[in-house]
Amino acid sequence: MRNKMVLFEVVRTALTIAIALLLGYLILIFATDDPNTAFKWFIYGPISRLRRFVELLNRATPLIFTGLAVSIVFQAEIFNIGAEGQLFFGAVAATFAALYFPQIPFLHVIIVLIFAMAAGGLWAAVPAYMKAKWNASELVSSLMMNYVAFYLGLYIINYHMRDVNAGFLVSYKFPRTAWLPRLLRRYNLYPGIFIALGFAILVWFFLYRTKYGYELRMVGKNKEFARFSGIKVENVIIYSQIISGMVAGLAGAVEIMGLYKRFVWQMTPGYGFDGIIVALLARNNPLAVIPAAFLVAYMRTGALIMGRMTGIAPEIVMMLQAIIILLITAEAFLSFWKKRIIEKAAMEQEEKK
Amino acid sequence: MKAIEMIDIVKVYPNGIVANKGVNFEVEEGEIHALVGENGAGKTTLMKILFGIEQPTSGEIRIFEKEVHIHSPHDAIAKGIGMVHQHFMLVPSFTVAENIVLGMEPKKGFSIDMDEAVKIVEEASKRYGLEVPPTERVLDLPVGIKQRIEILKALVRGAKILILDEPTAVLTPQETEELFVALKNLAKKGMTIIFISHKLKEVKEISDRVTVLRDGKTMGTFLTKDVSEEDISRLMVGRDVELVIERPEPKPGKIVLEVKNLNYFREDGVQVLKNVSFALREGEILGVAGVEGNGQRELVEILTGLRFGAIGSVRLLGEEILGYDAYTLRRKKIAHIPEDRVEKGAALKASIAENLISDRYYKEPFSKRLLLFPRKVIEYAKKAIKDFSIKTDSPLTPVGMLSGGNMQKVVVAREFTAGAKLLIADQPTRGIDVGSTEFVRKELIKVRDEGVAVLLVSADLQEILQLSDRIIVMYKGEIVGYFDKNEGLTEEELGYYMLGVKRHDENKIKEAFAL
Repeated sequence: MRNKMVLFEVVRTALTIAIALLLGYLILIFATDDPNTAFKWFIYGPISRLRRFVELLNRATPLIFTGLAVSIVFQAEIFNIGAEGQLFFGAVAATFAALYFPQIPFLHVIIVLIFAMAAGGLWAAVPAYMKAKWNASELVSSLMMNYVAFYLGLYIINYHMRDVNAGFLVSYKFPRTAWLPRLLRRYNLYPGIFIALGFAILVWFFLYRTKYGYELRMVGKNKEFARFSGIKVENVIIYSQIISGMVAGLAGAVEIMGLYKRFVWQMTPGYGFDGIIVALLARNNPLAVIPAAFLVAYMRTGALIMGRMTGIAPEIVMMLQAIIILLITAEAFLSFWKKRIIEKAAMEQEEKK
Repeated sequence: MKAIEMIDIVKVYPNGIVANKGVNFEVEEGEIHALVGENGAGKTTLMKILFGIEQPTSGEIRIFEKEVHIHSPHDAIAKGIGMVHQHFMLVPSFTVAENIVLGMEPKKGFSIDMDEAVKIVEEASKRYGLEVPPTERVLDLPVGIKQRIEILKALVRGAKILILDEPTAVLTPQETEELFVALKNLAKKGMTIIFISHKLKEVKEISDRVTVLRDGKTMGTFLTKDVSEEDISRLMVGRDVELVIERPEPKPGKIVLEVKNLNYFREDGVQVLKNVSFALREGEILGVAGVEGNGQRELVEILTGLRFGAIGSVRLLGEEILGYDAYTLRRKKIAHIPEDRVEKGAALKASIAENLISDRYYKEPFSKRLLLFPRKVIEYAKKAIKDFSIKTDSPLTPVGMLSGGNMQKVVVAREFTAGAKLLIADQPTRGIDVGSTEFVRKELIKVRDEGVAVLLVSADLQEILQLSDRIIVMYKGEIVGYFDKNEGLTEEELGYYMLGVKRHDENKIKEAFAL
């Protein structure tokens, strides 16, 4: 019975993706005279060359981090959607640490990462504290904090760390000791993806193998039950958001340390909101975040490659993404089938008695 | 003529529970037909199907010998079926008349014609012999009257068939008597009444025929006068039930809990606890009787650290604990079986194993420093499942998939093994089957004999009388009666105190505290 339900979810997800792709193809028919070529690049593009595959890996990296961050708070049934602000502020703090800390090899990287985590955690702590203390909706306050992070961050970068010789609005280049090094000579592969995978396991371990993870999950499953059992619900509300913020803070730092070696964003990169999508697809399971982040990254990469090869606007992928999320989160989609599985299993069990 | 025929009804819920497994149910027009069975036998599901709240997976329904499909309660009402739920569906701030005409208000221009509404209510009230005060607000009325309003609501909408879901569960014995007179009257006027209950004494008293359900199947329909209470209970449970639980003499020890002059004002300014004082020793059970909503819930929540702002004194083994939260009180060895197992007692989406350790997950062997050891948790859960005979195939099953009785066993398994000095059991057997009830009651006696102080809050008078060594009765937030032993005490006598008709004098009530 439990196996059948897992199978059901897998089939449902696969079917959802197939339907989205089919619709995507239909849209392409209207957008171009040669939908087949465009579609081919969309599907095949990300795995057609090693360089493109590296592009896919790098795109999945921040999504894994933010997907994990969002999964943590969602497991506690807390709707802190401030991952965007947390990662932005985390990146700013990382920039500060990269530029002003003594350039000790290896240690410097660690310090920069710690700064990013601390800044992300601090940013998440504000709505957390307001929620625990005054029951302020974390949904609203975390969203507002995104704007504060954005404008405050831009101010700090543009007025204090800006490289005036660069010709555009970016920070000074990081010293080499604060880089995440290239792993392959000809391709832009940096260790970000491995750090992300490591954190996925770490977060899974935290949620399922520590007592704080247990507290967090129980609060998420039934807050009144947790309180009744003697769990300090307010503490959980605070630390779950701080931990989530710390993971989100890494998303920004790792990317700039690996890809750009300086702070480059003049807009928020959007990974925080993508993280919500990833967490939804992964049903808040830290290990499932990995394939979910890859799926989203694959669609993005495929669309960009399609755009480069055929000139079709890559934004088309947003429609596919929306369809997939809609169908996956729609409980009723294929529910008649699920109902039949349950009814059949239940009746079989009856007959066995 | 047959009012209702339900043929071969099967119902599978989305969580896989098969509530009805081919039930057949027939009711004659103008009879009072009792539907009995343990909780979880499928009575409520069957009635929900009849009233259109649930759709059957398969089966046929005929109303007045015409085949019908009932898609919604609206549909059911149109077909002449009315239902009075266990929990009343009334708007407390509206008057009686407003509640009764809700959704079918007589209009005068754009506004409601209140005079006409009152007239409708008065007429119906006279015709059916159900007296209600049409212009009073429902908020201030006693439970018995609220129930009458519910019945009138159904009748005014043209109900020919009335379903009453455990109508006496919330009533005092006196109110029950009044209800029965009214029901017999209605039946004489040609109404068909379905009476759901598991109180067999009442079934014998009121019904013409009785249908017994067990485990989702019909065990048979009988003329009530042909079967005894014992016969019915054997059909319900499938074996002989020990209706009397053996209770050896208590050996009370030192005082565990002292509550003195406890006062509490709810957020809306109503005083729900007035100078409540009592004491409780180890090795005894103190029963708290009372109609629901007379301050028992608040009392329990204050004692367990889930409600704050009370004035007075609560001492646990001499230490003042009033105002401490659940986190602290759990660590001071207070265990709590809550009134509501779904809202508080369990996390339905979490597994049985996870539910069993919610108050001790931070201790060895389940965890050490930061780490949690799931294997230890599962090992422990397997043992608890066996010890408390919880029916499931795996400790990883979500609690929400269990039946009510098994869910309660999970709660009870946790609280009974908490190593508590004080156990507060709030409605510990409400809504669970006879077998589980028997089990929980025996366990309560067992922990008492092991020296735990037990505070038993229950609306079930039989339970109170069976288990308690001493009894206090609460009415409107006060202790109005105190019985230092319950020999010779009857449900009727307790009922008078619960209704506020009788009360003990001050000195007698003070004895509850002075041990």
